[in-house]
Amino acid sequence: MSVTTLATAERLLFVDGGAASPLDLSGHIATHGAVAIPTRGDHSWKAGMFRAVAESGLLGRGGAGFAAAAKWDAVYRDPRRPMVVVNAMEGEPASDKDRVLLTYSPHLILDGAEVAAAVIGASEIVICIADHNGSAASSIEAAIGERRQAGMTARRMSVERPPGRYVTGEESALVSWLNHRPALPILRIDKSVPLNVARRSVLVHNAETLCQIALIARHGPEWFRQAGTLEAPGSTLVTVTGAVRSPGVLEVELGTPVAEILGRAGADVDLSAVLVGGYGGAWLDASRLATPYAPGPLADAGATHGVGVVIALPATSCGIAETAQLVRYMAGESAGQCGPCVFGLPAIADDLEQLAIGRADVEALDRIQRRSAVIVGRGGCRHPDGVVRVVRSALEVFVADAMAHAEGRPCPGYDHPTVLTFPESPATGRRSP
Amino acid sequence: MSAQPRIAVRFRVDPVACDAYGYCAELLPERVTLDEWGYPVVDGTPVDGDLVAFATRAAAECPRRAVLLEAVPVRRQGQPGSAPDGDGPGGRNVPSVGGFRRHP
Repeated sequence: MSVTTLATAERLLFVDGGAASPLDLSGHIATHGAVAIPTRGDHSWKAGMFRAVAESGLLGRGGAGFAAAAKWDAVYRDPRRPMVVVNAMEGEPASDKDRVLLTYSPHLILDGAEVAAAVIGASEIVICIADHNGSAASSIEAAIGERRQAGMTARRMSVERPPGRYVTGEESALVSWLNHRPALPILRIDKSVPLNVARRSVLVHNAETLCQIALIARHGPEWFRQAGTLEAPGSTLVTVTGAVRSPGVLEVELGTPVAEILGRAGADVDLSAVLVGGYGGAWLDASRLATPYAPGPLADAGATHGVGVVIALPATSCGIAETAQLVRYMAGESAGQCGPCVFGLPAIADDLEQLAIGRADVEALDRIQRRSAVIVGRGGCRHPDGVVRVVRSALEVFVADAMAHAEGRPCPGYDHPTVLTFPESPATGRRSP
Repeated sequence: MSAQPRIAVRFRVDPVACDAYGYCAELLPERVTLDEWGYPVVDGTPVDGDLVAFATRAAAECPRRAVLLEAVPVRRQGQPGSAPDGDGPGGRNVPSVGGFRRHP
């Protein structure tokens, strides 16, 4: 996938006319300007920066959309010296934005991490990049080296390489890994209580969230809110793939109609639906592509914002067959800890696969619905809930297909190549379906 | 703080720890049923009165120590709904008595 050059709202993927190129430290400062970060506790600066991020209304860009300032607040209240963790795991197979940021704008991520660290009083920053993403890791390591050489950082910075699986990007799994335990999610009863590494509370931010913080630190909250919607201000990165001419990462204003995002990626064939929000997201019917790309409107349309992924499904493909493959993959990516996920997801995948080829028994559709209802909310993390959301949206958006398949009539397109991306999982030795 | 407050208990299962032994569904069928794979499906409505003892026993008997009991104060009539733990949102002071009480 390539980095597409942009026409509007270029903030993160700032390109000067031509194609984006990786920014080294001098290029970064020439493009974005420097941001002054006090090395020792400057309380008025801290308070000002906290207020700026709070007033910006920045929502986390990792999928859950949690307010960034609320995370700071929770960690700041903790008397122990906290730690900043940069989540650049990109567990979402179709997403490419973390890699793009790590490769093209590593210093913007590090600026954001340093701003956050300075505000909450952290002395250490850990950047987590999946073990298979080697080039991105060397890019950020080079950037750290540049900053050290320029005497720009007073904080310890290190790169960690957890196994690249779907669930290892979940923040509690990441923190488990940093605590020298397996990179698996833990049950969190109260998510407002910060996670801990070696008994220090941890602030985990997605790489893009930190880039946005780095820009807010430079230009202020009013500037930030000039783009986007009232509820979801700013710009955001979206990876657009599937039936589009130029798949890749786009920067769009939140609230941009989904159809416009697809248009910019060159969607010129008939689409039956788009998968929004990644593999734990939801299908959005082609008739609703005018929906603004922002959490509220997408939720109203039965979809979800989730991670920044939009996948275009051509009218020639079978949405049920695609969903079956997705569920099979996600079942394999389960952490394997909770029964409803371990047994429920493969059971749903079985029925969807039979349904897609027109060989399901008469009760398959009911079974899928019933199991979806039973599974949801019963995992330690939200992995099964996301899969169920995709399944339920598929049975709604592709309802006519599902009924026809249940009567033994599969789509002509059921064996077309998938528009979804299924990486191999070297960490587990598991293969994609 | 004169009268002993009545306590209700919310029954929860840690799905990561749970290995589908199913004892909880036998001891507290009022709140726990099993799914087709034998894992508990829990009704989160707090139990009070006689059922508290059964909830406590289910926690104690769980071989995986997967049951989490959360004490939920019962509001008496006429009393305004004040925060039970005096610790603001999040309620971090709510005592969790997960599985360490032995049933007599």
